[in-house]
Amino acid sequence: MSITKDTVKKISKLSRIASNDKFEENMIKDLNSILKFVDQLNEVKIDNIEPLASTVDQELIKRDDQVKIMNEKKDILLNSPEDNEDFYVVPKVIE
Amino acid sequence: MSEIYQLTLCELVDKIKTKEISCEEVTKSYVDRAKKSEKLNCFIENTFDQALKKAKDQNDKIDNKKKLFGAPFAVKDLFCTKGTQTTASSKMLEGFKPQYESTVTSKLWNEGANLLGKLNCDEYAMGSSNETSHFGNVINPYRNDKDLVPGGSSGGCASAVAAHLTSATVGTDTGGSIRQPASFTGTVGLKPTYGRCSRWGIVAFASSLDQAGPMTKDVKDASLLMEVISGHDDKDSTSAQKEQEAFSQKLTKDIKGLKIGIPKEYKIDGMSKEIIDLWDKGIEIVKSLGCEIKEISLPHTKYALPAYYIIAPAEASSNLARYDGVRYGFRAEGKDLIEMYENTRSIGFGNEVKRRILIGTYVLSSGYYDAYYLKAQKVRRLIKNDFDEAFKEVDTILTPTTPSSAFGIGENVDDPISMYLNDVLTVPVNLAGLPAISIPAGYDQNNLPLGLQLIGKSFDEQTILNNAYAIEQSINFKPNFKDWWM
Amino acid sequence: MADKEFDYYLKGEKGEYEVVIGLEVHAQVLSEAKLFSSSATKFGSEPNSQVSLVDAAMPGMLPVINKFCVEQAVKTGLGLNAKINTFSKFDRKNYFYADLPQGYQISQFKHPIVGEGKVILDMPYGTKEIGIERLHLEQDAGKSIHDQDPKNSFVDLNRSGIALMEIVSKPDLRSPGEVGEYIKKLRSIMRYLNTCDGNMEQGSLRADVNVSVRKKGSKEFGTRCEIKNVNSIKFMQQAIDYEARRQIELIEEGNEVDQETRLFDTKKQETRSMRSKEDAHDYRYFPDPDLLPLRLEDSYIEDLKKGLPELPDHKKQRLISEFKLSNYEASVIISDQAVSTYYEEVAKNSDYKLAATWLMGELFATLNKEGKDITESPVSAVNLAKMINLIKDGTISGKIAKTVFEEMIKNDGDPSKIVEDKGLKQTSDPKEIENIVDKVLETNQDKVQQYKSGKDKLFGFFVGQVMKEMKGKGNPQMINDILKNKLK
Repeated sequence: MSITKDTVKKISKLSRIASNDKFEENMIKDLNSILKFVDQLNEVKIDNIEPLASTVDQELIKRDDQVKIMNEKKDILLNSPEDNEDFYVVPKVIE
Repeated sequence: MSEIYQLTLCELVDKIKTKEISCEEVTKSYVDRAKKSEKLNCFIENTFDQALKKAKDQNDKIDNKKKLFGAPFAVKDLFCTKGTQTTASSKMLEGFKPQYESTVTSKLWNEGANLLGKLNCDEYAMGSSNETSHFGNVINPYRNDKDLVPGGSSGGCASAVAAHLTSATVGTDTGGSIRQPASFTGTVGLKPTYGRCSRWGIVAFASSLDQAGPMTKDVKDASLLMEVISGHDDKDSTSAQKEQEAFSQKLTKDIKGLKIGIPKEYKIDGMSKEIIDLWDKGIEIVKSLGCEIKEISLPHTKYALPAYYIIAPAEASSNLARYDGVRYGFRAEGKDLIEMYENTRSIGFGNEVKRRILIGTYVLSSGYYDAYYLKAQKVRRLIKNDFDEAFKEVDTILTPTTPSSAFGIGENVDDPISMYLNDVLTVPVNLAGLPAISIPAGYDQNNLPLGLQLIGKSFDEQTILNNAYAIEQSINFKPNFKDWWM
Repeated sequence: MADKEFDYYLKGEKGEYEVVIGLEVHAQVLSEAKLFSSSATKFGSEPNSQVSLVDAAMPGMLPVINKFCVEQAVKTGLGLNAKINTFSKFDRKNYFYADLPQGYQISQFKHPIVGEGKVILDMPYGTKEIGIERLHLEQDAGKSIHDQDPKNSFVDLNRSGIALMEIVSKPDLRSPGEVGEYIKKLRSIMRYLNTCDGNMEQGSLRADVNVSVRKKGSKEFGTRCEIKNVNSIKFMQQAIDYEARRQIELIEEGNEVDQETRLFDTKKQETRSMRSKEDAHDYRYFPDPDLLPLRLEDSYIEDLKKGLPELPDHKKQRLISEFKLSNYEASVIISDQAVSTYYEEVAKNSDYKLAATWLMGELFATLNKEGKDITESPVSAVNLAKMINLIKDGTISGKIAKTVFEEMIKNDGDPSKIVEDKGLKQTSDPKEIENIVDKVLETNQDKVQQYKSGKDKLFGFFVGQVMKEMKGKGNPQMINDILKNKLK
């Protein structure tokens, strides 16, 4: 499984990172290098092995249905790049 | 100990309590030294004035119950500190001031420590040499005719502790980011069991691997810090239901009878003789202290690094999706929303981060999930099983921390894989979620420090702390660099 | 009893087609706080006033699950006769949008909390079982406002993080009519359980509609299109009809239906393709590493099962068997839990049939007129029962009762008192009635002759005249009987 320019274009789009020729060329090299490295895993016998997602072995912590956060509007809008007291402001999506 | 800044954390807290020195004196000592050490580039932001003011206020109000009372503390710039810039060493978060404090740092301040500043690191904790920071490289106080890396990602932390710019610090470790820089700088670094410390308020890199941990001048300091920062947090669903433990109070060098495993797979091809010698030295020391040595096998060791470089980037690609210029942080221009996203993330993130996001996106994408991510998770299970088996026979596992000592800045940046290989001895521990500590063991032929690593059973930080303490006291490692940067 | 046959087949030029529909319903969970954070869920609050650091996806924030939302999902699953999964996991669904702060939605992909179930519909052609594929919990997204500014959109995250139950049906629906009944049934069940208020105008219930067509009688499935985010039954029905016809036209022209996502334009009443990039559907699901698997004890599920209120289907059967109501009457009454509670209280204290008639007639008309629902009824169940009893025991006639009812509406007055005060008691004195009947027949000899020679309709005229004389208070049955007798 090898990475081509098209692949880089596609995954850049998926991860919302702008790409250009230079970027794509560098990435092809690096990403193929990484993929080659991780291909070692094909040597391992993994039939009937359960994947390990978390090393924590306990019940999911749950909380009560209580509203503990009162209006934090100021805090959450504080670091917003645009200066609007009520909303986050973003350029429109062109449909 | 001639200078205040040379004291360990435990020593200075004691002397403050006995009024031998004042809080203000201590903070001033570190601040003065830090101000003269900008060349090392450890600090992204400093809060020297506030720290001095706090210390002054503390002078007359000594609180014996507070475990870190008066200690000036800089922390890795991955911990959200209320009202103080938190950047994750990235352009993306330059100028970002969180309105909340991470759980781990809250605990530090609750015990009387004062924030000295935010320490440089690899961008978003991705790196092994602190060369990916938007704020420039960190320099190792150890030198070899040229500037050396301090290791990473907690390079600023390790360098600051080694150079006495902070009494101690907390870093984070996802694949070795506390232990490897500790080894490169002759300091102590402990990665606790996954779940031991809360991740709330720490900029997330790889959620199933990240852990905060102490980086200190000696093991005793590490045990005190562990005591302070550990404990269950309701706000973190992966936080273990375990309360704080009195690690420092139970610290002992009596490790007679301890069974210590030596994994043969950690003797890597091409490993230098010096490292093997240091490893042997460690083995001799513990034998002489009454420990039993056992050769063990961790058969899947070599697959840990490839598995890590699938799992960590995959989780990171998702964790870093929130950095999109909408609600905080850097925002670039764009004619529409998508262009804004793409430009923001292209400019805001550095190359290593982008590399990992792309690989992470790829391994999770349609058609590749089973071949990569799922497979890596299964290999992860095998690696954990290896340790579980081994720990039926032994109490701790002793290995070198790194396959080499600190290398020159710029030496390893061409091929990502050669950089990744720095973590080959530390990464298996993160995949298995186990605790591990690195302590300075000696010098190589270039007079650069090398570390020994002790890996412990789940939630058995006490045993590896004791084991490390015993070895440390026996080796009596002394830093040998001069303050060449002043 | 089926009195009709299913008949939603669309005629194309080349034959008849069957429409196959599957629904993905998104139902907002009724809870105080959000699914993974402790901010409030109230509708219509000031923008961004119900947003926590977790909801805004600030650096370092982590999710913690609301145990009540889990309970609500399990209860809903039980209400759908579904299997509750004792093991389920949360997965991240990754995509970028301004109202999705994390850049991913926490959802459930491979292991949902609820498995297969079913819902029974009452159609004019008989009952129909609609299969439920699964129900899972997930986060709702925020809201983007596009029409306030020419260049920018505004984002309100109040809704971001509210718990949603996604209920996926099997592709068993075959008409807009069935879709309407299905939505109503789901809404009814969830309202009975108090797990979702089903308020489509406020967006607490919305659906993605999957539509495909096939030749009538075929067993193969055609290519389906998904119509996203339809928030009223009427629109769903219009969208389905339009979409089905669009697909038929494509097929008959020899073209293929492209599998795609579409939007329903409510003004033009058409579906149109969304401008989606080819990568739009690669959500890269993987288990959320910030959460652990959700394990439920059998005892937990049993306890919830025991605590469930009587559900609509069961209640309906009971109303039919115990209260002797017709299928239609029972259906209407159970459609709202509060209505059925009201009904039972009235019925148990008076007469089953009359209670149904008055409830569905005069009371519903009044409520409609005043824009009220049953919980705001101007007439209490107690008083309505009393009024019905006055009819039953002959104190008033049905006609008089209407007058009494109109009085009762004003301030929920006691009907006995109203009858007393207004002198509305009906006259059931045979002698008195006989007198007046005689008088009327006397005054209308010509019409009597006409009646006797065959003009039967004049009977009503005589009844009317007698009633008029008696100022409406005559016992109608008695008037009838006496008149009949006299006119023999």
